[in-house]
Amino acid sequence: MRPTPARLLNILVPVKRTIDYAVKIRVNPDQKGVDLNVKHSMNPFDEIAVEEAVRLREKLKDEIKSIKVVTIGPPKSIETLRTALAMGADSAIHVEIPDSAPAPEPLGVAKALRALIEKQKDGVDLVIMGKQAIDDDAGQTGQMLAGLMNWPQATFASKLVVDPATKEANVTQEIDGGLQEVKAKLPLIVTTDLRLNEPRYASLPNIMKAKKKPIEKVSPADLGIDLTPRLETIKVAEPPKRQGGGKVESVDELVAKLKEAGFLSKS
Amino acid sequence: MLRNRSLAALKPVVFRTYATAVGPHALVFLEHRGGVIDSGSLSALAAAEKLGGQVTGLVVGSADEVTAVLPKAQKLKGLTGLLHASSPQYAPALPETVSPLLEKILSDGSPFTHVVSAHSASAKALLPRVAAKLDVPAVSDITSLEHDASSNSTTFTRPIYAGNAIATVVAGSSIPLKFFTVRSTAFKAVAADGSEVEAKSVEPAEVSGPVTEHVRTELTKSDRPELGSASRIVSGGRALKDAQTFNATLEPLADALGAAIGASRAAVDAGYADNSLQVGQTGKVVAPELYVALGISGAIQHLAGMKDSKLIVAVNKDPDAPIFQVADVGLVADLFEVVPELVEKIKQ
Repeated sequence: MRPTPARLLNILVPVKRTIDYAVKIRVNPDQKGVDLNVKHSMNPFDEIAVEEAVRLREKLKDEIKSIKVVTIGPPKSIETLRTALAMGADSAIHVEIPDSAPAPEPLGVAKALRALIEKQKDGVDLVIMGKQAIDDDAGQTGQMLAGLMNWPQATFASKLVVDPATKEANVTQEIDGGLQEVKAKLPLIVTTDLRLNEPRYASLPNIMKAKKKPIEKVSPADLGIDLTPRLETIKVAEPPKRQGGGKVESVDELVAKLKEAGFLSKS
Repeated sequence: MLRNRSLAALKPVVFRTYATAVGPHALVFLEHRGGVIDSGSLSALAAAEKLGGQVTGLVVGSADEVTAVLPKAQKLKGLTGLLHASSPQYAPALPETVSPLLEKILSDGSPFTHVVSAHSASAKALLPRVAAKLDVPAVSDITSLEHDASSNSTTFTRPIYAGNAIATVVAGSSIPLKFFTVRSTAFKAVAADGSEVEAKSVEPAEVSGPVTEHVRTELTKSDRPELGSASRIVSGGRALKDAQTFNATLEPLADALGAAIGASRAAVDAGYADNSLQVGQTGKVVAPELYVALGISGAIQHLAGMKDSKLIVAVNKDPDAPIFQVADVGLVADLFEVVPELVEKIKQ
């Protein structure tokens, strides 16, 4: 225990279990969803978020008091939490929903996260989360949480520098056409871009250690929230197929094709 | 049937005598940079028009910015109203400072039923924040929409799983204010049509106390067409070896075709090209007339960003590269031999 009166930083990292990014998804014949009996893993942007939290601790050492990961999902989501713990998080919270429950939408998730943050005795100073989940591709949860908490937000972060003394962070963001840097007071919500870091692989000893780390289980009811989606998904369909595969043998043929399509008329 | 209704609504507004079913009224967040309205916002405007009701634009910025953009915004086709708010706090428009303004405009008694923007970096940061404060969900990156005024429900389609599935989503009457962002390649940008809509000023809702502070912005300068709206794109992948080779190979071809330059994630990660040139699920989504993919294998995440292009041309050494499954014209060859020859023959 450090005797300083200054409160140390507590980091919360929300993660999501999604279909693995390399899987070619298949739409179910009933057009109600996609085939979920495939490999799942942690949403890639969330891995980057966990990695960033762990790197912050490696840099700021004792100034980071805790790194807590949280997921909202079916029973199997616990695997995702174990992965985050093996990467270096200290403890986890699993907001468990039944397998049969529809996927909660970003506003519901943001409300659950708000309820969790309000329950943390030590408070939360920094939330680091992915900029989007690669399944619903919504990219809303971080901003919604920031709105609900009335905290500043730094979306699409490619660089994060935290100053524990001033309780401020400088964040470089990926914007259309370039970069933007902002300075914000903690508590802050940061959402990660791919460029932020390269996540580590969990080593076997760390995977073993992660099995002993605590995972707290709560239900949406414990948090007093309702995760029922308000938007109704009435259909999930295959996108129109492209007729690809037209190969040519030479540059001349390629040029002829471009001409035919009218791309070379002006030059 | 829905189509008929929306056409009818485009005629001069005649007020109904009965009190039910208020027509849709969209608020479109018009983004701008350097005195020019972003093309993505013009596509968002086109999407808003399809709701079949009134469309009010909103311009936010510093006093100078607003003065520069307003005359252009007033002439945009499809606008039935235009609001503007200026404050030093709105340059640049950070979500923390702009969201209170939107909340004020959208609060009780507002006429708006929909809030619309491009699916751009800054609007993606702003809209969900405001939606959460108003306790309504938001729909991201829509590619089509249809509004049923009698039931006050809007049906959207949007790509999920990196564009490998298309979800149809209904925002029903229980959602009083429907937020959505628009995939710009799915809607043709509206033009200026000469008629001028009246502009009304709104008091800024300035934020007091410590706010997020803008430190700097660094934009990638280029004389080429802007990637998101270019009609032709030449894109390179990991096979381009390094930044110098990337530029030396792609630039002559892009010049010859009058094309913008794009890149795969592999090329961006390896430092061959700037991040802002990345095409894919997590970069820009493009749909040009012509997309030339050089040394790009065609991972799911890259295809997500370009497979709606009209004509896809691919050059790759690997005959089994997935890019050939979507390419209209594929050439299995070494791009370092093909590209110079191609440039030569295009110039002839």
